[in-house]
Amino acid sequence: MNLSAFPDKAQVDIWPIGQCGGVMAEIAIEMIDVNKWFGDFHVLKDINLKVSLGERVVICGPSGSGKSTVVRCINRLERHQKGVIKVNGSEVTDQPEDLGGDVGMVFQQFNLFPHLSVLENLVLGPMKSRGLSRIEAEDRAAEYLERVKIPEQADKRPGQLSGGQQQRVAIARSLCMEPKVMLFDEPTSALDPEMISEVLDVMVELAEEGMTMVVVTHEMGFARKIADQMVFMDEGEIVETGAPAAFFEAPKSKRCRKFLSQILSH
Amino acid sequence: MSMLPSSRNLVLMVAVLGLAGCASSSTWGWYVINPATDTGWTNIRFLINGMGATILISVIAALMSMSFGLIVALPGLSSRWYIRAINRVYVEFIRAIPLLPMLFWVFYGLPIIFKSMGLDIPIDPFWGAIITLAVSDSAFTAEIYRAGIQSIARGQTEAAQTVGLNYLQTMRYVILPQAIRRILPPLANQFIYIVKMSAFASVIGMQELTRRANELVVTEYRPLEIYSLLILEYLVLVLVISAAVRWLERRMGSDERN
Repeated sequence: MNLSAFPDKAQVDIWPIGQCGGVMAEIAIEMIDVNKWFGDFHVLKDINLKVSLGERVVICGPSGSGKSTVVRCINRLERHQKGVIKVNGSEVTDQPEDLGGDVGMVFQQFNLFPHLSVLENLVLGPMKSRGLSRIEAEDRAAEYLERVKIPEQADKRPGQLSGGQQQRVAIARSLCMEPKVMLFDEPTSALDPEMISEVLDVMVELAEEGMTMVVVTHEMGFARKIADQMVFMDEGEIVETGAPAAFFEAPKSKRCRKFLSQILSH
Repeated sequence: MSMLPSSRNLVLMVAVLGLAGCASSSTWGWYVINPATDTGWTNIRFLINGMGATILISVIAALMSMSFGLIVALPGLSSRWYIRAINRVYVEFIRAIPLLPMLFWVFYGLPIIFKSMGLDIPIDPFWGAIITLAVSDSAFTAEIYRAGIQSIARGQTEAAQTVGLNYLQTMRYVILPQAIRRILPPLANQFIYIVKMSAFASVIGMQELTRRANELVVTEYRPLEIYSLLILEYLVLVLVISAAVRWLERRMGSDERN
């Protein structure tokens, strides 16, 4: 949390209690001087980012700026070469499954398992990784399908659902692992325009319930609504961070101003 | 075999038609496998009785090749070059060895290695043939698996990992069920290939279809008729496999809608 920015009243209300009391909130994600190269290409340059428990961070920036890579490094889908990444206090390893589903991930392309029904998609992780019985897992799946408002689709295959429905199933699949943190990598970018809002609505509800979220998105209206901290990235660097009010009204850097004017102009 | 009476009639019909066509020609001597005569019928039974060994060798070798191929394929999918190298060396090396020399090496050479290690493991023609066919074919099945698994989008593995599945669980529940539909047709090809290559087992004395045909040719001096029947036997085997695979593909395809 960037405390130097002046958060408005509404934001203070949704901060976790620990932080309001003046005590440093528990850190969910911490990235310290993280560097990554794809071959010769320096994708991440000295990334420093702290996400407190219960905080919502939105990362934006032009394509190729490394924002997806940041998210993918946090849950070990990519390896970084330099620096430290800590999730829930412990440094991450090279094995994604060591996170044990504690870090949920929602992909741009949904990545549902096409050969399994919606329900099977949801119970697979809890049963195989968390060791839940089928009955427990199905109860939990039903609960989260209710939360994303598609309980009636449980027996369908992902291919029979619309894009918006598929993405909501993907969100439910992550939630079934009861993760401490949820990462979203451009969750609405592959959707038809009329389906974007049904996915964002689910995400807003999730945010209001206090889920720790890191969201890579171009949906600035959504960002303004839920973000505690905005992060602007360009060419592999974090150029600017700040509370949304200050970030959108008075961006400090030229690059950020230019980016915002481009995506907000129409 | 319990199905003999009816199959005898069937063979009889085919044979009568064949004989009618060739009776005038002195080139053919179908009497050697004429089911209407006792000698001919005995000869046919002698030839067809090799079917059991051919099927058994092929099925066991195919099953071994399929499981061994998967074990060899998995390192080939690693992101680390030295693990991938295990796969590459195995595939390139085994694929380069012709079947017949490998069969000789396994049957005549391997027991010597075993003996020098103080092991008393005899290799009979049956297991010699199976080991050779399985190992030789596994290099090809390994490549089929690797291609099939790599054709499944990377996002599937990533999604499986983010819901906490480890490598084997990801393969078992997410990747292989999707890949199997793409792997099955080329795998069936390999099975047919094994059935045909099992004929080489005759060289080391295995009493299967080809061996029996050879033995009958030596006593009856009628290679044309006997080898014609031999080819027919393989044709029937392969057609049955094809039909079974097509049925399996249809069944698997019907529960996939995406």
